[in-house]
Amino acid sequence: MSGEQAQAPTETTENRSSDVETGADAVVRALENAGVEYLFGIQGGAIMPVYDALYHSEMRHVTMAHEQGAVHAADAYGMVTGEPGVCMATSGPGATNLVTGIADANMDSDPLLALTGQVPTDVVGNDAFQETDTVGVTSPITKANAFADDPDTVGSDVGTAFALAKNGRQGPTLVDLPKDVTKGETSVDPGTPTLPSTYETPETADPGSVSEAADALVRSERPVILAGGGVIKAGASDELRSFAKEHRIPVVTTMPGTGSFPEDHELSLEIVGMHGTGYANMAITVTDCLLAVGTRFDDRLTGGVETFAPDAEVIHVDIDPAEVSKNIEADYPLIGDAKAVLGQLTETVSGSPSTDAWLEQCETWKEEYPMEYAAPDDAPVKPQYVVERFDAATPDDTIVTTGVGQHQMWAWQYWTWTEPRTWVTSHGLGTMGYGLPAAIGAKLAAPEQDVVCFDGDGSFLMTCQELSVAVREDLDITIAVLNNEAIGMVRQWQDVFFGRRHMASEYPWIPEFDTLAEAFGARGFRIDTDEEVDSVIEEALAYDGPSVIDVHIDPHEKVYPMVPGGGDNGLFALTEDQL
Amino acid sequence: MSRRENVQRRGLKGPRPEQRRRPIGRRNSQGIRIDPEVEAEPDPRRTIISAYVENEPGVLAKVSGLFHRRQFNIESLSVGPTQNEGYSRITLVVEEPDPGIDQISKQLNKLVPVVHVRELDGKPVARELVILKVDGDEPDKVQAITEMYDGEALDAGPKTVTVQITGSEEKIDDAIDAFEQFNIREIARTGQAALARGAEETARVDERHT
Repeated sequence: MSGEQAQAPTETTENRSSDVETGADAVVRALENAGVEYLFGIQGGAIMPVYDALYHSEMRHVTMAHEQGAVHAADAYGMVTGEPGVCMATSGPGATNLVTGIADANMDSDPLLALTGQVPTDVVGNDAFQETDTVGVTSPITKANAFADDPDTVGSDVGTAFALAKNGRQGPTLVDLPKDVTKGETSVDPGTPTLPSTYETPETADPGSVSEAADALVRSERPVILAGGGVIKAGASDELRSFAKEHRIPVVTTMPGTGSFPEDHELSLEIVGMHGTGYANMAITVTDCLLAVGTRFDDRLTGGVETFAPDAEVIHVDIDPAEVSKNIEADYPLIGDAKAVLGQLTETVSGSPSTDAWLEQCETWKEEYPMEYAAPDDAPVKPQYVVERFDAATPDDTIVTTGVGQHQMWAWQYWTWTEPRTWVTSHGLGTMGYGLPAAIGAKLAAPEQDVVCFDGDGSFLMTCQELSVAVREDLDITIAVLNNEAIGMVRQWQDVFFGRRHMASEYPWIPEFDTLAEAFGARGFRIDTDEEVDSVIEEALAYDGPSVIDVHIDPHEKVYPMVPGGGDNGLFALTEDQL
Repeated sequence: MSRRENVQRRGLKGPRPEQRRRPIGRRNSQGIRIDPEVEAEPDPRRTIISAYVENEPGVLAKVSGLFHRRQFNIESLSVGPTQNEGYSRITLVVEEPDPGIDQISKQLNKLVPVVHVRELDGKPVARELVILKVDGDEPDKVQAITEMYDGEALDAGPKTVTVQITGSEEKIDDAIDAFEQFNIREIARTGQAALARGAEETARVDERHT
């Protein structure tokens, strides 16, 4: 896609403020021209001119409790809507507090625009108060970033950053806004977001390569479709579903790809990788043809590359050529947008692979490796049970956010995913504390959908101050803290790999999260027994506002299956003694 | 519902790892399918990558940062303006296996200020320059060696002689060896500058970027 073809904004003039008089006005106008509705951020010295220019704008600014909360909320907003979420912060500590969330968005290719204040240009480089080289700090973790140096172009800098975040392979962008530039005079209206002339993205794949890939797929005996986050980002879930069903090919999803294919369909083998299902990992290990769409073959997916799908011809569909043959060599590279290329494949594939025997084998694996967890009568509440009961009590389009750790894996494994853009979590970076601010961003992005946050006690403690925002904004979200009074995933690894030495993974004391919630003005609940699970979930969901359930779960419960880091997916462990 | 009441078990059930169906093949550490019986790790090779870039602030930092964080093995880097105002050419000598060279080009291409990237395969025209400062005890012999390498004396004094040599990487290496006898006090060496040979374009760019 070239600069001239950049996506037109949905609204251009409706919510315009007054005329552009300063650089800050141009920044605000650029955001309005891009169709931005929400901004997440925190005020501060160097960004004050931009906030002042927002005074008359109809865009809604949500003040978060911490800049990390702002960037995660914006990230989740982007994951749910597909439009870049926008966050803003002042220079120095404001900007560095965004860094974790920017890195998170970069790993997950989430559309995100960060705007940071900067000290005036005449003192840049002098170690001025709250000065940090924000462009330098964020260069390795942004798709693109820019230092605005002129009031006349600062608006188009912001528009370009928005267009880059949204188009092609999505990702985070940042514009650093020195105070003299935003205060400086200009009357230049930045117009609509435009991609730089050096930026090009392929749309469709080379037809000859598509044809070769189609032949390889049809002649295969054990094909598997691996659906990654790119399917969801490209809005290609419908194409994926009809292609898989038409040719009767089983589907596994990566963590970011989860929701692209419905898990209640017979062709679904659900989730794959380190904590994927046994049947998905069996299938991906012995497949002879892997159609991988929109995935970067992350190590949590592949395990050791030496043993990843070693018998498979790989057809790799990706919009970013650099992801093709980066970790796993593609026999058939198809560079293009997932939606467009799946359309090409649909038109090109003539006939279907004969998959009857293969599907039967997959069914056998489903029976052999059920995701059945034991729940003895006298045991404390099982976290998997809480996830399943929440799933049963909520509509199919419910959005789930999480922190990172065991609770995240249980949510991923035991929720039945059927819709894209409903699984909102920190995939690649593994950012504890993501869940609550993400629930805030998700709820504002999709006010008609239920939003449930599964959190861990460790993750919740990292960003629980954002409850103040959920209460202030009166957001109807439900947070279930699966509380095992430990950094549970670390403890699980210590049990296996560090001789059960629980160094710094268990809490000798932990707050009462239900009482804490009440102090913030949210509703607090507590679950100690199985019998309470359904009734408390019902009550918490019924409450019209933020609620927190402190679920005291079985502290000994572990996440299985498990492939150890760099291990062989086909040798996933079902119990600790298999590791 | 996958809950099972009154079962005492940690973890999940199913055939143990050694009871499972196994694949036949194997990949190497680059993710390339190989004959499982042989070790097949690709050997690194030395090559030149040429990038035509917008001359905006920070572009060199972005390029060098990319090499650092992706652990690409960079031997030398040179940068300078081109005949087109606002555009520079960055010439990189790298030593990587083929998949790494492929990744370097692709990753460089993703940087927004980068207009065009390619590997200069075939026989590019490539030169570098070294300035050598050696002891001045034997100026005649220094001059003789300098002439053998088509070099030039830049500065001579009672204690030191400073010369320049230009040429291919191998020639420069050889020249440095030859000057060892005079006690090399200091070396300043550029990276390689290179263009494609003959009428072939080093960078294929449209008129928007000239």
